[in-house]
Amino acid sequence: MAPRIAATAAEAVANIHDGATVMIGGFGNAGQPMELIDALMDCGATNLTVVNNNAGQADAGLALLIKERRVAKVICSFPRQSDSWHFDEAYRAGELELELVPQGNLAERIRAAGAGIGGFFTPTGYGTMLAEGKETRVIDGKGYVLETPINADFALIKALRADELGNLVYRKTARNFGPIMATAAKQSIVQVSEIVSTGSLDPENVITPGIFVDTLVTIGGNN
Amino acid sequence: MSTETTTFTTTDAALTRDEMAKIVAADIPAGAFVNLGIGQPTNVSNFLTAEQGVTLHTENGMLGMGPVATGDDIDEDLINAGKIPVTELPGASYFHHADSFAMMRGGHLDVCVLGAFQVSGGGDLANWHTGAPGAIPAVGGAMDLAIGAKATWVMMGLFTKTGESKLVEALTYPVTGLGCVSRIYTESAIFELADGTVTVRSTHGITFEELAERLPVELVKAA
Repeated sequence: MAPRIAATAAEAVANIHDGATVMIGGFGNAGQPMELIDALMDCGATNLTVVNNNAGQADAGLALLIKERRVAKVICSFPRQSDSWHFDEAYRAGELELELVPQGNLAERIRAAGAGIGGFFTPTGYGTMLAEGKETRVIDGKGYVLETPINADFALIKALRADELGNLVYRKTARNFGPIMATAAKQSIVQVSEIVSTGSLDPENVITPGIFVDTLVTIGGNN
Repeated sequence: MSTETTTFTTTDAALTRDEMAKIVAADIPAGAFVNLGIGQPTNVSNFLTAEQGVTLHTENGMLGMGPVATGDDIDEDLINAGKIPVTELPGASYFHHADSFAMMRGGHLDVCVLGAFQVSGGGDLANWHTGAPGAIPAVGGAMDLAIGAKATWVMMGLFTKTGESKLVEALTYPVTGLGCVSRIYTESAIFELADGTVTVRSTHGITFEELAERLPVELVKAA
């Protein structure tokens, strides 16, 4: 089925409900769906679990959701940054749960969810405090940790361009978590700079096939 | 990697940071795929030569990373793992996060150069968390980087501000990866680590005998 094309970011995120698990793409500002995050802020959904590489920066986007205590739990690899003061405060106050995951395990757990994999043994984190309490196994003399998939109700993603069937292309390192999050969420909501007519994208260059995309919204120009 | 017969050398003065970076760069084999960690290792890229044909990987999804971008070349969709704007070289490629870490975890990168708080004589690495009470943990790609490449090299100061050796018998900081470091570059000496043996390849501003007295691990002098 072709994706829903929302008129505004607010319309795009309107289905996000209290208690939802929401993946948010982006690494730093590259690929961060800022307008969708702002719309999530405005829509009022609370008690969210957020999956992102970071835990918000400065006074914008995810950091504001955390500041307003709309996020109950963050699953991420790198929460602490020089400008992550809203995360720091909520975490230290015991008002925000953190699940810290090595970045490659985070990516692979998201990929596994989208690919229907029930778990996998990874060498990353073996023998560290992040593997405590997890099943381990030695395979061919090397230690591995069992990691499980991370599923989500929604994914908020920024791509460069979509066609009307939801096929996506990205731009440079803004691709990062977008393609895997699109596969792992029940509903993928994607902001793009433009939606082109079906047949305008070279099928050889499509990065995310439209089967993984549920909602599209056009935001601004090429940035 | 290129561990042919190592010949012991010594210089009167400790190495500067640039001298360390230059030595690391010269040790990287021609044609290698390399990931340079944030901090001191990033400086290594300034001393790689075009003839070496080294390809740089950045874990946020790019091979063929070029120098830091300035002026009109700055593009917010093109950043490195330290979130600094960079440039792309001819032949560059972009990929999503799961592919990027598959590249690393799957042993496709030849060399990874990282900073460290401590390294043990057995090659255990600590570089992600001080373990101090109240410190907010953030791991990022540290654990994936530590264990993924064919060779993991560390650049660090050999001594803490209070004069204690950061090359230790057993880690006192939280583990990043076990038995993963094969070489350590410091201002005072360069070490090769293999099968629990620590071989000193060179000393700088200190004699082998003085070094052996100050470090808590048994040292072997390269022939």
